[in-house]
Amino acid sequence: MEKEVQVLEDVTIRFAGDSGDGMQLTGTQFTNVSAMMGNDLATLPDFPAEIRAPIGTLYGVSGFQVHIGSGKIHTPGDHSDVLVAMNPAALKVNLRELDTNGIIIANEDQFTEKNLKYAGYEVSPLEDNSLVKYRVFKIRITHLTGLALEDLKLPNKTVDRCKNFFALGLIFWLFSRDSEPTIAWIKDKFKKTPELVEANIRALKAGFNYGVITEAFQSKYEISSAQLPKGKYRNITGNTAMAIGLVTAVQKAGLELFLGSYPITPASDILHDLSKLKNFGIKTFQAEDEIAAIASAIGASFAGDLGMTTTSGPGVSLKGEAIGYAVMTELPLVIVNIQRGGPSTGLPTKTEQSDLNQAIYGRHGEAPLPVIAPATPSDCFIMAFEACRLAIKYMTPVIILSDGYLANGSEPWKIPSPSDFPEIKVEFLTEKNGKLPYSRNEFNARPWIKPGTPNLEHRIGGIEKANVSGNISYDPENHHNMVYLRKAKIENIANDIVPAELFGNETGDVLVVGWGSTYGAIRKAVELQQSAGKKVSHLHIRHLYPMAKNVESLLKGFKKVLVPEMNTGQLASLLRSDFLVPTIQLNKVYGQPFKASEITKKIDEVLRG
Amino acid sequence: MSEVLNKIESIKLTAKDFTSDQDVRWCPGCGDYAILAVVQRTLPEFGIPRENFVFVSGIGCSSRFPYYMNTYGMHTIHGRATAFASGVKGANPDLSVWIITGDGDALSIGGNHFIHIIRRNFDVNIILFNNEIYGLTKGQYSPTSEVGKVTKSSPYGSIDTPFKPTSVALGAEAGFVAIGIDRDTKHLQEMIRRAHKHKGTSFLEVYQNCVIFNDGTFSALTEKDTKQDSVLYLEHGKPLVYGKENDKGIIMDGLTPKIVNLADGTYSINDLAVHDEHAKDPTWAHILSRMNRSSDYPQPLGVFRDVERPTYEKGLVNQIELAKGKRGKGNLESLFNEGDVWENN
Repeated sequence: MEKEVQVLEDVTIRFAGDSGDGMQLTGTQFTNVSAMMGNDLATLPDFPAEIRAPIGTLYGVSGFQVHIGSGKIHTPGDHSDVLVAMNPAALKVNLRELDTNGIIIANEDQFTEKNLKYAGYEVSPLEDNSLVKYRVFKIRITHLTGLALEDLKLPNKTVDRCKNFFALGLIFWLFSRDSEPTIAWIKDKFKKTPELVEANIRALKAGFNYGVITEAFQSKYEISSAQLPKGKYRNITGNTAMAIGLVTAVQKAGLELFLGSYPITPASDILHDLSKLKNFGIKTFQAEDEIAAIASAIGASFAGDLGMTTTSGPGVSLKGEAIGYAVMTELPLVIVNIQRGGPSTGLPTKTEQSDLNQAIYGRHGEAPLPVIAPATPSDCFIMAFEACRLAIKYMTPVIILSDGYLANGSEPWKIPSPSDFPEIKVEFLTEKNGKLPYSRNEFNARPWIKPGTPNLEHRIGGIEKANVSGNISYDPENHHNMVYLRKAKIENIANDIVPAELFGNETGDVLVVGWGSTYGAIRKAVELQQSAGKKVSHLHIRHLYPMAKNVESLLKGFKKVLVPEMNTGQLASLLRSDFLVPTIQLNKVYGQPFKASEITKKIDEVLRG
Repeated sequence: MSEVLNKIESIKLTAKDFTSDQDVRWCPGCGDYAILAVVQRTLPEFGIPRENFVFVSGIGCSSRFPYYMNTYGMHTIHGRATAFASGVKGANPDLSVWIITGDGDALSIGGNHFIHIIRRNFDVNIILFNNEIYGLTKGQYSPTSEVGKVTKSSPYGSIDTPFKPTSVALGAEAGFVAIGIDRDTKHLQEMIRRAHKHKGTSFLEVYQNCVIFNDGTFSALTEKDTKQDSVLYLEHGKPLVYGKENDKGIIMDGLTPKIVNLADGTYSINDLAVHDEHAKDPTWAHILSRMNRSSDYPQPLGVFRDVERPTYEKGLVNQIELAKGKRGKGNLESLFNEGDVWENN
């Protein structure tokens, strides 16, 4: 039967199931295929901290939302149009985010009495007309997968684990996706177990064919490819972009990379990625704890490598003393904080931007250092490079603030050429030439002197340094001067960074100011306001300390300044204290990114005064 | 290679070359002076250019040591010298890395890093100055202070059970474990030579007298009238004999060492346990590490264990070389283009 084809501008699909159901994998496959078909997209993986939470429970639900379209896509979608629910708990948790008239594809086999009870349903929602607002497709996914694999005589457990590919196949059909890249992926992934290759491909095809033959679906959909600028693309997560950016920077600097790291969610993927790149001469050191991770990185920087450490908020708390040490010894160091919900263990797999104060102020003593933040997954590449540049040029630790949403979220990345990036100049001092360990150049940076260099033997340490000589000094006046010298060095970086980019007019009624991963939601909200003729602009701050020099004048060009943040107002109060500008706050600490509609609504409110 | 040899040939360094221009600020009479002097005197023997030495320390009296050495040095943060040193050695395996630490620094705040550097077996040398007290914070008990010790923070006596640094190190798979003492500088010098010679983490504990807060704690091991009956000098292949007249020895009763008298004719020197510092199994070294002056045993001084195994930095370098051989030297162009790439025309 020939089915009607509808063309959509964009669609948001949420895959949800148990944490063992393979929803992250399913979502990633759909994402990659859509990317290869030329759609712009944004993703939001949303999974529990438990690796395999008890089956069927509400807290064990793992979700993956992907928003694809033929226009520019800024966010993973405020609401989903399609919900794939592999069990009752997945339906319950995700239903409130589904648009009215949205599609529900439910694995009917899992709507058992037991699972319904776990999800808190007295009666199956598939049977009691509670879902009349939606288009519900009850499909016996487990059963149908079993039928498709029947003659392979695989253990039940193995068959059960193929059902996510059935669901994926069906969605591929529904949205006119090409199955080939996923088939190729399955072949590669399971190449050591041919029976799994066969089983998963069959499940995928069975799902696809189910769409073709069943009469349940009256129509299917197409999403044209986006008008992205010409060039080569790949889909990239923030963490992978970060790893590649760090490698690019050390290559451009002619240095070796030493990563001291301790596994922590959601930063571990950077350690994993870099560990694979040993052929770039990268040394990865999985330390015994967060403190050893940064300490080894500082030791490596002293010895002439570029030391780095990757972590999340709890790790940064432990590293505070060592970061101060790197400030005092003026050694280059890159600290990557993939923020998550805090305080304490907080929400390890959920996103938040509540470590800004910690990054800027979180050390004892006066310990200034540059703090920068990428705005999108692919911007992690740019900001990783920037962090290395600043660390080397100014002989300073630099903190990059990413977050769980950027880290695991993805978007198409227009692949640059390595030659697009400048060399990073590194000058090791090899001859005395009248210089001492704490002499300073035109950027107020001290010389980098590698052990092994004859006649330049010197000692560094955490005790206050005498200006120029670097010997230990308890002199009161010297301490005062050194505190100000270190501060001036960092503040001067404001002269060496790109001006903050404004989206919209330089004056107007409302300036929406953001930082980090709120970029997409803010941009979409501001675009909507602008197309409605409102005098609203967007300023996204990527250099948080020091800030670009044009920030102050931009802030002062607007009647009102609105600052949406996934914290209780850390940037807002920084702007108030630095520029004496009144700021209106929009705060959300749900462990989830902003929806563009939430920001739009707030802008409306602010415009109304 | 010949260039390197020529370079070494031309180096005729002396203790003075290793002395920095900074005033030494330890208390008069502190045992640290003796250790500093021995190190400065011994390094020239190794034929290593001065610029290739790095001294890394934590926090505490002993940790001021790098400031007094005219080498590269890092005075780091409390307890973390071993972790910093891991990065130094990992970044540049050609450097001769020396870690200077104390009983509080290495075993209390730095206990975690201490065991892990040993487990990994970086080729570095750890000299732990053990004075069984906190000196720089002015006299609190340390993890090696004896039970009942009265200090400022334990006015009714310490209720902490101390541990033995050598036992801890052996538990962490140490390949080289030795004990020296500040007052026997000739022996100490030999221990430093041996530590340097060992490839892998060398752990040298040095008993060091704190004249201010724990004066005389090691006097039984250093004073003329008690020394010979209290110290057992370990020598590889030699029986465990000690005493003023070489009249005492150690025999093994199962796994328990037993002190015997050689003068009364019951035992002869041939009955005594013989020291084997190269024993693959660490049990023997561990038995020795349990013997000390807090028990009735004599205190062994010398090399407890000297067994080599692959070093961490070698493994690190090998993996990089292997990866380069297998995947080719890293290329950014191909790194950027990894995975599913598509073209928008």
